[in-house]
Amino acid sequence: MSGKSISEKNAPPVEVHDLTVSYNNKPVLWDIDFELPKSQLIAVVGPNGAGKSTLIKAIMGLIDPVSGHSLIYGKPLEQMRKKIAYVPQRETVDWNFPVSVFDVVLMGRYAHLRLFQRPTATDKKLATEALEKVGMADFANRQISQLSGGQQQRVFLARALAQDADIYFMDEPFAGVDASPEDHILQLLRELRSEGRTVVVVHHDLQTVSGYFDWVMLLNLRLVAFGPMETTFTKENLQKAYGGRLNILSQVIELSRKEAFIRESGHE
Amino acid sequence: MSTFWIILTACLAASACSLVGSFLVLRKQAMLGDAISHAVLPGIAIAFLLTASRNTFPMLIGAGAFGLLTVYLTEKLQLRGRLMNDASMGIVFTTLFAIGVIIITLFASQVDLDQECILYGEIAYVPWDLWIFNGMNMGPRPVWILGFVLMLNIIFIVSCYKELKIYAFDRQLAISMGVPVMLIHYGLMGSVSFSTIAAFESVGAILVVALIVVPPATAYLLTERLSRMLMLSVVFGILSSISGYYLALWTNSSIAGAIAVMTGVFFGLALFFSPLDGIFFRKYRGARKELNELSLESGKPVAEYPQV
Repeated sequence: MSGKSISEKNAPPVEVHDLTVSYNNKPVLWDIDFELPKSQLIAVVGPNGAGKSTLIKAIMGLIDPVSGHSLIYGKPLEQMRKKIAYVPQRETVDWNFPVSVFDVVLMGRYAHLRLFQRPTATDKKLATEALEKVGMADFANRQISQLSGGQQQRVFLARALAQDADIYFMDEPFAGVDASPEDHILQLLRELRSEGRTVVVVHHDLQTVSGYFDWVMLLNLRLVAFGPMETTFTKENLQKAYGGRLNILSQVIELSRKEAFIRESGHE
Repeated sequence: MSTFWIILTACLAASACSLVGSFLVLRKQAMLGDAISHAVLPGIAIAFLLTASRNTFPMLIGAGAFGLLTVYLTEKLQLRGRLMNDASMGIVFTTLFAIGVIIITLFASQVDLDQECILYGEIAYVPWDLWIFNGMNMGPRPVWILGFVLMLNIIFIVSCYKELKIYAFDRQLAISMGVPVMLIHYGLMGSVSFSTIAAFESVGAILVVALIVVPPATAYLLTERLSRMLMLSVVFGILSSISGYYLALWTNSSIAGAIAVMTGVFFGLALFFSPLDGIFFRKYRGARKELNELSLESGKPVAEYPQV
């Protein structure tokens, strides 16, 4: 896994322009614009339903936006699929599926294989190395249902490492992980950064954000703030993202909740 | 000799259905097999009317087209109509099946398409349904058709194995990697349609579901690897076919029914006696664990516990 492939030239790893996404005509992301800096650990934070996962899925081409587009190193996604790796939330797959830990990690190599092409010895070697990196080599032949939550997360991470991408999108890789594996995962993320890769992580624990990451993106339907940790992770911005006075949407939600509460208690 | 042909037909049908059924079971879409097996009826009826013969090839095409149409309409209805997946499937396949029934009853006087045969199949007649090629007797026609479909399924699964695996396990990852997921999806659905139509001439539209769902489910209980699950599902399909034939002979009943019963019997055995997670072994393991815990408390090894 050399860092040699880290893309060339001056184009930012990811740029997103005027991105709007909606589900059933309700906007989930509204007019998002940003450029990601190179080789940084970037946290995406925001309240539940702020559109964090949706943002990643839209960039990865898993959902179609209503408008806007994103570029990977200045090029459309289709040409750059091998450059980005995606770590979905753990719950998105069936952990009773009949595959071994090694099989799952080897899937990371499929991005580099053509249709009908079988994984080569090199692919298997890279998968083994990725498993060793996350400290799960002993589990290679286990069935995935036998893993704990933290172990599942590490297997997903190993799969992404095997993908050998330049940009990593991870959806809550720390969810359900105990303290010591969390340190391990963090160390791996820092290693990726030191190899020149860009890592974007949806993160839910506000207490660890500033310690773990270099940049932070505050999201709540709109892009509230995005920049280096020191200047961006401020109380003011957090209030904006998490239901401060300026956020009309969350006020509306709160009001409707209050009304519903009054109505219900009125019936009693 | 006729015994041999009947059993061979059943084995080929079970193998073809189990292979594609395994992926449906893993994708939690087992009942899609049921939907497709019913919804292909208008395809068969239309092919039959157009060609005015029981030529299998047009029927396969007709059935394949309607099988894919079922899948497509179900997905569109779910997206556009904001309906649940199972509800939209129920709407699509019953409607298509009903259209098939109407077509057949409308033209029943002109065509020799037996409804009973479509619903229940008649595998016992297989030895007399011969394929005469250039005046030569090539053996029963269903054997050739099922053999052909089974071969198609094997080629599809072997050549697209890694794509099928990632499509079944983590569709989102597959899409994000640029794996042609839609191609694999409709390829699989096409294979399900072909297998269904080829098999149901022999075992009927209702029991073909048993071959699609039950042997793969049995195999699922017994292994932790996809490749072994595929092989085991074929093994259980074949075992059910052979034992089902003799069960039917013994009880003097429907062969297709007896085969379906045997798939259920094997499933029951796996459910109770699977070394992985069978009810029997879980109890056994649970009892041992209890013993271990007790022995930990008393500070004595398990072996000595019964003497205490």
